Amino acid sequence: MPPLHFSTIAELSDALAAGKTTSVDLTRAVIARTQAVEERVKAFNSYDTADALAQAAASDARRAAGLSLGPLDGIPVGIKDVIAVTGQPLTASSKMLANFVSPYDATVTEKLRKAGAVIWGRLNLDEFAMGSSTENSAFHTTRNPYDLERVPGGSSGGSAAALAAGEAIATLGSDTGGSIRQPAALCNVVGLKPTYGLVSRYGLIAFASSLDQIGPFTRSVEDAAITLQAIAGHDERDSTSVRIEIPDYRAALRTKKGPWRIGIPREYFGEGLDPEVAAAVEKAVSFYEKMGCEIKNVSLPHTEYGVGVYYIIATAECSSNLSRYDGVRYGHRSADAKDIVDLYFKSRAEGFGPEVKRRIILGTYVLSSGYYDAYYLRAQKVRTLIRQDFLNAYDEVDAILTPTSPTPAFKRGAKADPLAMYLCDVYTIGVNLAGLPGISVPCGFSSGGLPIGMQLIGQPFKEADLLAIAHAYDSAHDWSRRTPNL
Amino acid sequence: MSAHDDLNIDRIANLARLALTPEEKVKFSAQLADVLTNIEKLKQVDVTGVEPTAHAFPIYNVWADDVATPGLSVEAALRNAPEKRDNMIVVPKVVE
Repeated sequence: MPPLHFSTIAELSDALAAGKTTSVDLTRAVIARTQAVEERVKAFNSYDTADALAQAAASDARRAAGLSLGPLDGIPVGIKDVIAVTGQPLTASSKMLANFVSPYDATVTEKLRKAGAVIWGRLNLDEFAMGSSTENSAFHTTRNPYDLERVPGGSSGGSAAALAAGEAIATLGSDTGGSIRQPAALCNVVGLKPTYGLVSRYGLIAFASSLDQIGPFTRSVEDAAITLQAIAGHDERDSTSVRIEIPDYRAALRTKKGPWRIGIPREYFGEGLDPEVAAAVEKAVSFYEKMGCEIKNVSLPHTEYGVGVYYIIATAECSSNLSRYDGVRYGHRSADAKDIVDLYFKSRAEGFGPEVKRRIILGTYVLSSGYYDAYYLRAQKVRTLIRQDFLNAYDEVDAILTPTSPTPAFKRGAKADPLAMYLCDVYTIGVNLAGLPGISVPCGFSSGGLPIGMQLIGQPFKEADLLAIAHAYDSAHDWSRRTPNL
Repeated sequence: MSAHDDLNIDRIANLARLALTPEEKVKFSAQLADVLTNIEKLKQVDVTGVEPTAHAFPIYNVWADDVATPGLSVEAALRNAPEKRDNMIVVPKVVE
């Protein structure tokens, strides 16, 4: 077994059950690792070692009393700093919320606690989850553990980097246009965006409400199944949360064996795709072919419109959601406002960073009188066509296989132009627009030693099948178990 | 003329209640023009007869039983208020 801080949930839950380690020892190992590498990685916005150790001691006491809560009991799980944890800071990596302390737990936090997990630290992101590199954080840029000069991806860059660096055993992120899958690919970890509606958004700071979904980062597909099991399910506090029966995801990895029909969309292998990424993904396609899967070419003809649709819908929803930050009830308040309206203008000007302002402006514009039909309504209609493309493909295939990101991790500062940064999400955005589940699985390294990820896209609410397909590859390769030289 | 030529940054910033510096106005106008040029591609798509999608899995009429449940205490609700007095949030004078 690898060192505790680089082990999987599956390995650690066995070791805990066998009495070979304790949650306190494991949590101490994760804290020690964090203190050793965090100065270089900068994945966290805050952490509370005393609180984590108290949770770990409580887990060990439960286990000693024969009351263990399952495979996550005693496992340190890091939380993206947009997900509420009672009594802890909740900043969205924004000056606007720099001093905010959460008065309640998000539903996913509550569910992790019920599964016995040790809630460990709040992880850095692009401000309000807007970005693909964590460079938009108001506090600091997180580094890629495989090359500290490069970005970890984003917006959940802290969640991906902390896991890759051994600073947590699993982490949660949120994904609006690729914010879980893209950093997972860039940091050599597994990242799952569930079907829209499977996981409650209650207690997640809203960015684009029709696209946002919480999901896990893990060191294996099996760990993703274990973590999803804990956080999935209907929640009456999120009216878009769906009432469906939650299957046993981990058991499905063993019972569902294929062979499957895998679709390869030609639109995802064109211009802009790095040749080493293409080669690694093509090798993964060959793996499925050798295991007896049927590989079919499929077409998602509206792919090229995805980025445009996304940047209309996401910015429109963000301009509405972020109107709540007005300096009145919570968040930053300007010290030199003349009157109440001036208070709104100045508090927002001082509290938000440039990317957030840009998106609020764009979103306000596309929703404004005279432009609504030309932009927002048209984007919603093209969204229908994008979703229909996927559903048509699923008449012929069980899952779709693509690269997650067009390139491996890029250098800090390399994409100063907003449009260049937006195009990082070209392969991940369609999944959010269509509300589908998608998972990024490590599938190799570039000649420069940078991680490469492939994306598997599943059918709505069929995470059990998607995870089984991903597990077939992940359990036959050791990519996801490799660790960086830090 | 393309539609974004009339992205009037002052008008939009006013609607968004966002004070922008002159430098921000120049910079954002140029950057958003680039983004809008990319977005113009959507005009090529034939959307005749296509219904808009607001949510991938629309759910209508979600009802909850009309039962009071515990909420945040006043203290917890006011914990993050920038300025407070007597269990109220203080704001600048609204009415002259």
